[in-house]
Amino acid sequence: MNVFDMIGPVMIGPSSSHTAGAARLGFAAYKILGQKPVEAHILLSGSFAKTYKGHGTDKALIAGILGFQSGDERLRDALALAERAGLRYTFTTGELPGAHPNTARIRLVGDQGRVCTLQGSSIGGGNILVTELDGMEVSFTGQYNTLLVLHYDKPGTIAAVTNYMAESTLNIGNFRLTRPEKGGIAVMTIEVDDQIPDDLLDGLRVLPNVTRAILIRSI
Amino acid sequence: MLKYDSVAALCGAAEKAGLSLSQLVLNDQAEEMGESSDVLYDRMKNRLAVMAQAVKAGSDPGLRSTSGLTGGDAAKLWARAADGGMTGSFLCGAMARATAVAEYNAAMGKIVAAPTAGSCGILPAALLSLVEDRGLPERSAVMALFTAGAIGMVIAENASVAGAQGGCQAECGSASAMAAAAMVEMMGGSPAQVAHACAMAIKNQLGLVCDPVAGLVEIPCIKRNVAGVVIAFSAAEMALAGIESKIPVDEVIDAMRRVGDALPCSLKETAQGGLATTPTGLKLQEQVFG
Repeated sequence: MNVFDMIGPVMIGPSSSHTAGAARLGFAAYKILGQKPVEAHILLSGSFAKTYKGHGTDKALIAGILGFQSGDERLRDALALAERAGLRYTFTTGELPGAHPNTARIRLVGDQGRVCTLQGSSIGGGNILVTELDGMEVSFTGQYNTLLVLHYDKPGTIAAVTNYMAESTLNIGNFRLTRPEKGGIAVMTIEVDDQIPDDLLDGLRVLPNVTRAILIRSI
Repeated sequence: MLKYDSVAALCGAAEKAGLSLSQLVLNDQAEEMGESSDVLYDRMKNRLAVMAQAVKAGSDPGLRSTSGLTGGDAAKLWARAADGGMTGSFLCGAMARATAVAEYNAAMGKIVAAPTAGSCGILPAALLSLVEDRGLPERSAVMALFTAGAIGMVIAENASVAGAQGGCQAECGSASAMAAAAMVEMMGGSPAQVAHACAMAIKNQLGLVCDPVAGLVEIPCIKRNVAGVVIAFSAAEMALAGIESKIPVDEVIDAMRRVGDALPCSLKETAQGGLATTPTGLKLQEQVFG
């Protein structure tokens, strides 16, 4: 926490949780997709489902998916801009059992065919927590530079990844491993204090058993 | 490195160092964030500029919120302020500014959450009134935002700045305390007076519930921003007059946390109590969401 968390963020109103946080969730999905999004299917749950129209939650989510940050004034016109950008979108409301009251599930399709499904919550003050990615349980806030490393659940993979990061003199702030099933695809969520050089990902991707590495710079 | 867990300790550290609270905090945050004080100053100056722009845009008489429930009231207060109103053009102008920013927020305008979007009108109204109507230098307002931020951090640490956790006292109450502290510093008050102003502002909003109609940041939030800035002025004026809070500021903040914990869930941003469940509140909810 620093003074700019109290005198900030600079954001488009009206609600830090229902508008700014929603934009950041959309933005996280946009960054993870890593392609120009052409389709967005969004399920709103809890308070998001009940009040999204009055808070502009729909506009905020779409703005984020278009790559706009939560303080970008284009947020107000995001639905019209989506059509112009060739992004088709749908909103549905429902309940996600056990989820935080302000939760959205976002499925994106990119122009090169990549599909990504993300679930996350707006947890107050414009802060978010991404809890699921492509069916895998994750946990990151986007406040730090975050690396997601998808890999086969095989011995030595974590050591290889963390050794590689140590060689790049990167200090790991938080580390979390989840695996839906033993021996399948697992995911490391690694939050880092420092700037992550672009070529780090190239180095990680060629490590044994690593299938995909994604960098989400702090948002 | 400073710890932001006691207003008294922060004010004591400032007195001891012979610095204003804002300068102490700016130096500390520059070190903490690994950036120069100039960079942080400019970032804060930019936030003050966003606040000023929000006042301007929010004063448009034709402004309406996304829900259609609110908008255009700031212009009415400006019209009163123009010929002095009942409370004088200074206070009436401050009320107009608070309304303008809060209404602009409801209309999806660009604002600075301070500390939250729901309470975003209070600090701009307080600080910009001193700059624009009293001719205080802009620099004093930028610096005062560091003082305000430090107060906010202590409240967030020891109580809460979220309506869902502590009710409106946590949002407008905190903003009001931050504004009172900031104004005392701008007017040349001592760090001890900053602490008393902060305490008195919170005391006068202790227990204020968060009961937004239809769950939207509009009714009664916009008007509570007006009351919040008026309370900030009264607290700052008392502190500058040498009046002290009998209950020390950190004990007041602790009381705020305990009161917030004791509030029922229905009065903490859930729209399940208070004004939200009045017949008219429910009717307005129906009107917006069907």
